[in-house]
Amino acid sequence: MTALSHTGGRSRARAPDALLPWLAVLGALALFELAPRVGILPSDHFPPISDSISTLVEQLGQSTFWTAVGQTMQGWALGLGIAAALGVPLGIIIGSNRLLYRACRGLIEFLRPIPSVALIPLAILIYGTGMQSKVFLAAFASFWQVIVATLYGVQDVDPVATDTARSFGFSRVKRLFRVTLPSAVPYIATGLRIASAVSLILTVTAELVIGAPGLGRAINVARSGGNEELMYALILTTGILGLLLNMVFVRVEKRVLHWHPSHRRDVNV
Amino acid sequence: MNDPAPRRWTGAALEVAVPLIALVLWGVLSSNSQTYYFPPLTDILTTFKDTWLFDRVGSDVVPSLLRMFAGFFIAVVVAVAAGLALGASGRARRAFSPIVEFLRAIPPPALLPFAILVIGVGDSMKVFIIAFVCVWPILLNTIDGVTGVDPTLRETAKSYGIPQAQVVRRVMLPAATPQIFAGMRTSLSLALILMVISEMVASTNGIGYFVLQSQRTFAIPEMWSGIILLGLLGYLFNGVFVLIEKRVLRWHRGARASALS
Repeated sequence: MTALSHTGGRSRARAPDALLPWLAVLGALALFELAPRVGILPSDHFPPISDSISTLVEQLGQSTFWTAVGQTMQGWALGLGIAAALGVPLGIIIGSNRLLYRACRGLIEFLRPIPSVALIPLAILIYGTGMQSKVFLAAFASFWQVIVATLYGVQDVDPVATDTARSFGFSRVKRLFRVTLPSAVPYIATGLRIASAVSLILTVTAELVIGAPGLGRAINVARSGGNEELMYALILTTGILGLLLNMVFVRVEKRVLHWHPSHRRDVNV
Repeated sequence: MNDPAPRRWTGAALEVAVPLIALVLWGVLSSNSQTYYFPPLTDILTTFKDTWLFDRVGSDVVPSLLRMFAGFFIAVVVAVAAGLALGASGRARRAFSPIVEFLRAIPPPALLPFAILVIGVGDSMKVFIIAFVCVWPILLNTIDGVTGVDPTLRETAKSYGIPQAQVVRRVMLPAATPQIFAGMRTSLSLALILMVISEMVASTNGIGYFVLQSQRTFAIPEMWSGIILLGLLGYLFNGVFVLIEKRVLRWHRGARASALS
């Protein structure tokens, strides 16, 4: 009882928990607004944040801005799509055969740590400096996330479930769709979510380094043109894109996998 | 698991043999290659020997690795310290989570122009960008590790009146170590990637600079040798890190195993 009234008294003096994130965001915004104005940060490199945000709002009405966003999203979607279309089936095939898995594991473990950006020069040589290079790099990098997650998922199937299905005379195909896939789906979903972030990163990288059209190149152009407000506005845009994509994936995952134990933990509590 | 012995051996043999076969296949198929972009493997290997053993080690490899590890270690120190602080205080974690989520969501290369503008094109820009990117996986893992500390352990430490500093050092840090290592492993591969990108965008030396420059001057075998070097480095760092992790976390595995049996 005393403990309760004690915490009650304390929370009245402090900010309520729900307000904390807002306060922190406001604090950060105020910092980046005031520091350049007062002169703590050099204002020629750090325009006050309100200038960058109003530039961003202005950009929302420009067609060039939306073209750049569209080009980046196209690279992201194609890269992720190719990675998923190759990674998931290959992961299932390799993961469900023990010998095949052992045979491929060495190869995968050797190829996976290769930094995909090392292939940028090769991509330029073969695909030029356009969309194809971007998609190739994004697909290559996110492919490993998808296939490794799928492999883990397929390997983690409860052997009792597989054996039960087998002893009930389920065919191979039926076992795949009734036992293996449902139990591997959460892994695949996580793999796809990470692959989505990787695909976006590689798309922007390709735009920056190779100069393929899109947000990355626009950021670089804004910098070399001395348009700091625009540069910051575009960097904010990439952050917002990343955040939105991640949110969409988490939402879809929750909705599609609501039946899965890993998503119904709170019901048991 | 319960494989019969012969099958297990076949598996192990396959694991070693398949990459070797792939390599030999590449060598054989490319041996008479007339394609300009895909020179024979033997040419690439000769170039590799001439370039990287050890002609350009001092001028390109050492500066690259120094930048990479400087950024990585700064990130480890900052992220573990911040992660312990945020993990220990629920209110601080709540307050900073939107900012952390946003900064983490920015594709790291998008920050390169910003870093060039503010810091310039020198080494400190590259170290900054590497450190900035490596912070997030370690930070989030540290927070997860600290919040996942067994409440009994926490309460026990509290009821024994152990000072907060000691609790952090003796209870939270050890409990979070496995997670911290998982984050560090992710960050190490990120460090290598950002090292390459930052050198490709603005540099006068380094492996990333060398690879892109070779492509621009159509020195194709040199370009391939650089790509192979980066692949070997990625593989090597990952392997060495796993070894270190196994060693450092031996007590953890031991504790887990004895608890499970």
